Amino acid sequence: MNIIVCVKQVPNTNEVRINQETGTLIRDGVPSIINPDDRNALEEALALKDEHGGKVSVISMGPPQAKEALKEALAMGADEAVLVTDRAFGGSDTWATATILAAAVEKVGGYDLVFCGRQAIDGDTAQVGPEMAEFLDLPQVTYCKEIKVDGEKIIVNRFTETGDYILEVKPPVVFTAIKELNKPRYPSARGIFEVYDGPDQIKVYTLEDLDVDVTQIGLKGSPTNVYKSFVPVRSKNSEIIEGFNNKEKAATLVDKLCDLKLI
Amino acid sequence: MDFKFTDAQIMLQKVAKEFAETEIAPIAAEVDKLGYFPKESFEKMAKIGFTGIGTPVEFGGSGGNDIDKAIVVTEIAKKCAATAAILSIHTIFAAVVEKFGNEEQKQKYLPKVTSGGCLGAFALTEPNAGSDAASAKTTAILDEDSGEYVLNGTKCFISGGGQAQYLAIFALTDPSKGLKGMSCILVEKGTPGFSIGKIEEKMGIHGSETAELIFDNCRVPKENLIGVEGKGFKIAMSALDGARVGVAAQALGIAEGALEETIKYVHERVQFGKPIGQLQGIQWYIADMATKTECAKWMMYRAAYLKKEGLPYTKEAAMAKLNASENARFVTNLALQIHGGYGYMKDYPLERMYRDAKITEIYEGTSEIHKVVISRAVIG
Repeated sequence: MNIIVCVKQVPNTNEVRINQETGTLIRDGVPSIINPDDRNALEEALALKDEHGGKVSVISMGPPQAKEALKEALAMGADEAVLVTDRAFGGSDTWATATILAAAVEKVGGYDLVFCGRQAIDGDTAQVGPEMAEFLDLPQVTYCKEIKVDGEKIIVNRFTETGDYILEVKPPVVFTAIKELNKPRYPSARGIFEVYDGPDQIKVYTLEDLDVDVTQIGLKGSPTNVYKSFVPVRSKNSEIIEGFNNKEKAATLVDKLCDLKLI
Repeated sequence: MDFKFTDAQIMLQKVAKEFAETEIAPIAAEVDKLGYFPKESFEKMAKIGFTGIGTPVEFGGSGGNDIDKAIVVTEIAKKCAATAAILSIHTIFAAVVEKFGNEEQKQKYLPKVTSGGCLGAFALTEPNAGSDAASAKTTAILDEDSGEYVLNGTKCFISGGGQAQYLAIFALTDPSKGLKGMSCILVEKGTPGFSIGKIEEKMGIHGSETAELIFDNCRVPKENLIGVEGKGFKIAMSALDGARVGVAAQALGIAEGALEETIKYVHERVQFGKPIGQLQGIQWYIADMATKTECAKWMMYRAAYLKKEGLPYTKEAAMAKLNASENARFVTNLALQIHGGYGYMKDYPLERMYRDAKITEIYEGTSEIHKVVISRAVIG
């Protein structure tokens, strides 16, 4: 079973602070990590490989330093890693990112399953996986909590606010993983020595390598533009209504709401 | 001169730190209180490959070297000295087999202890042979007819002795020659004639089981001889040099762990209207603790570096162990003192760290024996 996993390198938001004046993240000195949901996606792929054999390829789109995330994925047991990087990809929104990743997945090819994390902790959109599935014209199951291979079929538990959906799908298919899916393994000591002390194993795909429509990628090809980002100011203007008993308190409350023309 | 970790070492340290915080720290107090061998933790360390660091991949190991091993032992010791001791002492067995064993022994035993989840142990000490290893009485006499060594005697204070699947036993194959008649014999758990005696109750490192081993006409095939007959003492001393770097790493981790707890505490604890970290008396304590710990760290890594490079390191390993263990006691003592009454209570980890630190001044050679080793090397 050949599996492609898409991972994103993100700042560790537990350690990120926000510049209150500009509303932007202070990224200086903040360690980068593999996006947590993507780690669950990778773990599931590795576990499926452990059980059924095959190959796990990991793809990450990002600046050159995203190689660090790929190295960690290799140390966890992935067989190959591809960095998708080009200045032309900068500023891509979810549409453009999904366009590029879909092209990268096609370029790697030979897959049965494609895994993504549900969403990234820096953007929280949860759009890239589903959009990519559409571009690849593949079925998709999002919010996967449990995945079991049953012969030619795969039984998936899709976990939503309204209940669990037990679905049966046939590869090729795109899955998005949630943290309930598994407990990601640690990179192994042997993996660390082989990847970090050994020769660079990471392949690089640039714009030239991919079959993409350049009008659909990068800042210009992105239909979404960030107008402004800011931290909502939370104000606490609460008032406790005093009164002899609940009836009196309720009457005071109604008077106040009438004064404010709210009722 | 370069004091930097490699990229692999930075990653290994990050993973070991996360592992220690997530898997080891939550059960450290319980392991200490109930005094059980944390088998699950050992299995987790085998799965991630910590038990195979320092052994080549061809024998099932993880690769890496003594610096890498020290990094992991230190990170684990920050959270649980007993678990770090288990790992550190366990790797001595693999080091002995890899350095002195023959190809067949390496193929047979190394994969089991490096990645197979089996515990290894090293048994030299006897009731009347501690620092004076020459007084060892355990014998392993070759029975020419059956082609077996017959072991008789008692070993004591053996870390992991009751849990280990494989043990390197130091015994006299020719008692008439004293130390020159000592050999290293591999004994497997469950061999008839080999039994576990008293399990010691100790002041600290409760999770690291300490056992008495009893050999009563215990027969093992002569193929279990590691190295050659009569070279056992040399093997033991060589193994102890490496083990001392391991103890220095444990001691460093205990000190670093106690220092981290204390730094957190002096920010939080308010007395006389301000955090106690703003009091000069406390600041000076912290400065001393941090400086001595930094010293322990680099002496230990220097000894590990020399070993990795294949250079002589007996003196440096002894100095690193002596210094790091005395520092661990010094730092845990002040850390407990700064925590005051809270430090003395079992709700905080300081009293455990203080008890755990003490063993580092005693095992794998006492401080005093290390001074003998050092002075011999210095004075000549």
